[in-house]
Amino acid sequence: MGKTPEELFKEREHRIKDAIQLKVPDRVPIWFQDLSFFPAKYAGIAFEEAMYDDDKLFAAYKKTIVHFEPDMYFNPGHAIHTPGDALETLDCKQVKWPGHGVSPHHTFQYVEGEYMKADEYDAFLDDPSDYTIRTYLPRVIGTFEPIKTLPPIKVFLLGYFGLPVSSAFVLPEVASAFESFHKGGLAILRHNSAVASFQKEMRDFGFPCSSGAITLAPFDVLSDTLRGMRGLMLDMYRQPDKVLAAIDKILPTITGLAIAATKASGNPGVFIPLHRGADGFMSLKQFETFYWPSLKKLILALIDAGLTPCPFFEGNYTSRLEYLTELPKGRVLGLFDSTDPARAKEILGDTMCISGMMPLSLLQTASPEHIKEYAKKLIDVVGKGGGFIMGPRSAMDECDPERVKVWVDFTKGYGVYR
Amino acid sequence: MRSEDLTSALAGLKESRALQIARDRLNGDEDPMAILNDARRGMEIVGERFATGEYFIPDLVYSGEILKQITEMVKPKLTKEAAVKRLGKVVLGTVAGDIHDIGLNIVDFMLDTNGFEVYNLGVDTSASKFVDKIQQTGASIVGLSGFLTLAFESMKETVEAIKAVGLRDKVKIMIGGGQVDDEVRRYTGADAYGRDAMAAVALAKGWTGVIRNGENT
Repeated sequence: MGKTPEELFKEREHRIKDAIQLKVPDRVPIWFQDLSFFPAKYAGIAFEEAMYDDDKLFAAYKKTIVHFEPDMYFNPGHAIHTPGDALETLDCKQVKWPGHGVSPHHTFQYVEGEYMKADEYDAFLDDPSDYTIRTYLPRVIGTFEPIKTLPPIKVFLLGYFGLPVSSAFVLPEVASAFESFHKGGLAILRHNSAVASFQKEMRDFGFPCSSGAITLAPFDVLSDTLRGMRGLMLDMYRQPDKVLAAIDKILPTITGLAIAATKASGNPGVFIPLHRGADGFMSLKQFETFYWPSLKKLILALIDAGLTPCPFFEGNYTSRLEYLTELPKGRVLGLFDSTDPARAKEILGDTMCISGMMPLSLLQTASPEHIKEYAKKLIDVVGKGGGFIMGPRSAMDECDPERVKVWVDFTKGYGVYR
Repeated sequence: MRSEDLTSALAGLKESRALQIARDRLNGDEDPMAILNDARRGMEIVGERFATGEYFIPDLVYSGEILKQITEMVKPKLTKEAAVKRLGKVVLGTVAGDIHDIGLNIVDFMLDTNGFEVYNLGVDTSASKFVDKIQQTGASIVGLSGFLTLAFESMKETVEAIKAVGLRDKVKIMIGGGQVDDEVRRYTGADAYGRDAMAAVALAKGWTGVIRNGENT
């Protein structure tokens, strides 16, 4: 007799939990960290269709998960969180998506810019909400352009005495900006409810979901979305105090948002993709000054709230591994990309569960022997004594389904702890 | 002595000092070309420090910003174009479909400060644009960059396009970026994979015969 989906769910959840708590599970768990558009490829639909059609997107995700049977799946709402029609309605400038700026068969790509200018720190620090609404959003959301004509939002502090200002909100172009927000919001609401019912369905099929919230390192909020990489790098030399002040301002906001999102979703995992703290992107001294302190505070606050932070250490973190040992044991799921696997195990083995590290190049182009050989090495080295979850290095968009199957089957067979 | 000042101020990322020296020298009616050459030497030192792990990407960005200001200051007084002797020509670009350029620009910076003439085609570069530029410049080295995994296919197509016009034997092709590794080199038919900008410089120097025994380890 086969196991029921409920039994399989418990078994998989237990396996993942053991690995995160640095115990030895029955076998090395395997999951698909950021399936991204791989399900579209597997199901034979264009990435553009997946971006615009929730039904097709989640049918593709379901087909993929049911076929490959991972021990956990990456929350698709964290990969594709804003559907194409919402992006189009809002005229979002910060991303190019399938069929809109990039090929219908390619994944979306972020468009970084100096959306916040070098001399705007004071405005940001003085009133982040007002700065965001009247200065920042009109630059990144096309339909929000007219919002910059509104008076400072804090005028409403005057209550009754501030009400005459409401007349600014009825200008036709301002009203149409709010309409686009409403329309885009409805599309996102529809998408979110499709994500939720997909998760429920997967639960009934026996598959645990990775995470209930997504957030960024405070430095990355400033670098990715506001100042851009170049702008923030120059700020580190020219106005370091303002950078640190802005990070202090951002930290409690994003911590609170992440905690609220996990409460709403009921899933304690918090995915934190990290970008600008990796080897090469700054010196160790800059990492110590600008990147690590606020990231550490974020992770500790999430742990204090009973959550499981899942930082994705994209790129190479080999030279920064010692910092990560400052985190409490068995409470973090660390997703790694090109960090040296043996060094990571040696330094972090007692601190956090290690996941990822399977090269996408192999899952896209290599021979089955080569795939198994590399997976074996990861299981032998990083999987030794538990605390390891097999996963891909990064987003799986272009992986070859047959090669993925080879990898999954091998891991499930060879990864059994005896 | 003054030339050393500008070189070391730039190499040491002393922005206001470097700009002040350049301004003073320009006001002192010095040959603008000499000022630019000193700044360029400073950039070479920045490149060396990056190669040895003393400097990182922010230092490259900052030094580039300082150089840009010096160049803008000096430019109106320049009477002739700089004639710098170059080791070889490199055509560089992020391949079709990929719009990432951080790695691309670091490789550009390092090849440039190491004496190569770099033709940077930017992001989302089609195979035909690579071919056109190789034909136009006669470059003997091609660098294909890509961050996303979709770049593997574009790299392969670019190598094939170069082959199709009969240029495959005339150029050496290196690839790098993101998830690219030696497995991808095999798949695309490129000559080499470089894991970072220093590797790109070593490969380019090797191919142009710059590296001889005992030199440039």
